[in-house]
Amino acid sequence: MEPSPPFVRLQALRKKFGADSLVIDGIDLTVAPGEFVAVIGPSGCGKSTLLKMIAGLSPVSSGQLSIAGQSPDALDSELAYVFQEPTLLPWLNVSANVELPLRLRGIPAESRAKTVTRCLAQVRLREKATAFPRQLSGGQQMRVSLARALSLSPRLLLLDEPFGALDEMTRNHLNEELLRLREEAGWTAFFVTHSVAEAVFLANRIVIMSANPGRIAHLVEIEIPYPRRPETREDPSFQQRVAHVTQLLRSVESKAA
Amino acid sequence: MLSARLKPLWPPLLTGVAFIGLWYLAREIIAPERKFMLPSPHAVWIAFGEHHEALLSASFNTVIGALVGFFAATLIASLLAITLSLSGLIRAALYPYLMMLQMMPIIVISPILVLWVGAGLPSVATITFLISFFPLVVNTTQGLISTDRKLVELFTMYRADRWQELRYLRIPAALPYFFTGLRIAGVLAPIGAIVGDFSAGNSAGNGGGLGFLALIYSARFKMDALFATVLSGCALGFLFAGAIALISRLSLSHWHESYEKVDR
Repeated sequence: MEPSPPFVRLQALRKKFGADSLVIDGIDLTVAPGEFVAVIGPSGCGKSTLLKMIAGLSPVSSGQLSIAGQSPDALDSELAYVFQEPTLLPWLNVSANVELPLRLRGIPAESRAKTVTRCLAQVRLREKATAFPRQLSGGQQMRVSLARALSLSPRLLLLDEPFGALDEMTRNHLNEELLRLREEAGWTAFFVTHSVAEAVFLANRIVIMSANPGRIAHLVEIEIPYPRRPETREDPSFQQRVAHVTQLLRSVESKAA
Repeated sequence: MLSARLKPLWPPLLTGVAFIGLWYLAREIIAPERKFMLPSPHAVWIAFGEHHEALLSASFNTVIGALVGFFAATLIASLLAITLSLSGLIRAALYPYLMMLQMMPIIVISPILVLWVGAGLPSVATITFLISFFPLVVNTTQGLISTDRKLVELFTMYRADRWQELRYLRIPAALPYFFTGLRIAGVLAPIGAIVGDFSAGNSAGNGGGLGFLALIYSARFKMDALFATVLSGCALGFLFAGAIALISRLSLSHWHESYEKVDR
């Protein structure tokens, strides 16, 4: 890969909760535009906290954090976050939910409607535009959540175990959709997950974290070319990489125990 | 299908029939010189017919008093709840006094209220206001401050300002709590209006409500008419509760889980 200027740069990033509880200690990482980075590690390694710091939802204790050369606070529509749960507003229908970030930004109604139609088409939920969240399956709700995140055309997408609560078939399917959406829009992604197979399938780079305090233990490049297809999962090289990352993760976890 | 829908009706009907039976039985047992204290159910029924004009006009006056007090309470309680939801400090500063308001024996202060706001509708509405205010404030405030943390984070993520967070998130999320408060207050409102009327009502210009009518009937030992008055008050309570349940259903049923159909 040719060297491109870093899009996300983390330098000696630390996070403390209270006086002596060090959650994240010295994270250094640079991410080029368009990279798909998966973050994986034992529970309590601070991977969700890391994501929240990048999002500007949790203050950085010390170190440097920049996205496109700016601090997260200075960024406006550059960044979108997808939570573990769909976090849809139950009193709004699907299109009003997707419209919410645009409404909060004060974007005029006409242009909002266009964007909503486009985003719902992207996640293949146009026929559900007037449905309420409770009428949707878990997978559909998550797709609405994705559509909402994409409504502001972000350059950086932060996803915190978005498909963790879904069954494997739905999860695989949504992973494929996510890659397809990325091909269309070309955003950079940070994806926190517990599933090694999901990380290997999605990412071009996997950050394996260790716990107490959270540090980067290994960085693994996944050199499977994009676009990746459902058949990619059956490829021996894919399974080798899953086995390799699983081993690394196990070594990190046994050190912690 | 129809019998399945009607099924829930017969248990309360049966209870009602049994209750009326016991009522007649009680009249048989008590001494003849005390029978006037407990009019028979059919005497109450006849009293409804005899006094229907007085009862209707008094009910109307009570409803007006209850509605004025109830709407004022809803409006002011909602505004106060929003203020209280803004900071824990404000809540800490005001809560004890709200509690005091609720603990206050309102019937005792009603003579003062008559002096302050005047007898009749102003007093009745004020007492209704005082009685229905507390459950509305407490429930709505609770709703406004118990918004799902993840959703609050979402709004922070989208850099929503405080007003946007209130308008698009906290207020709609608080609606189920608000309606719980409204239901409690709605049952209290007619009671408040009747109590207010009982202690601070005014019959001038046919302005008396059910409370005032009850005073007149009990002074004249018209027990059957008094019972009819009490039952009219109950009916008003059902009317209020029913109307609020309907509004609540219309506002929440499309999204809130309490209206989800469940198999039993």
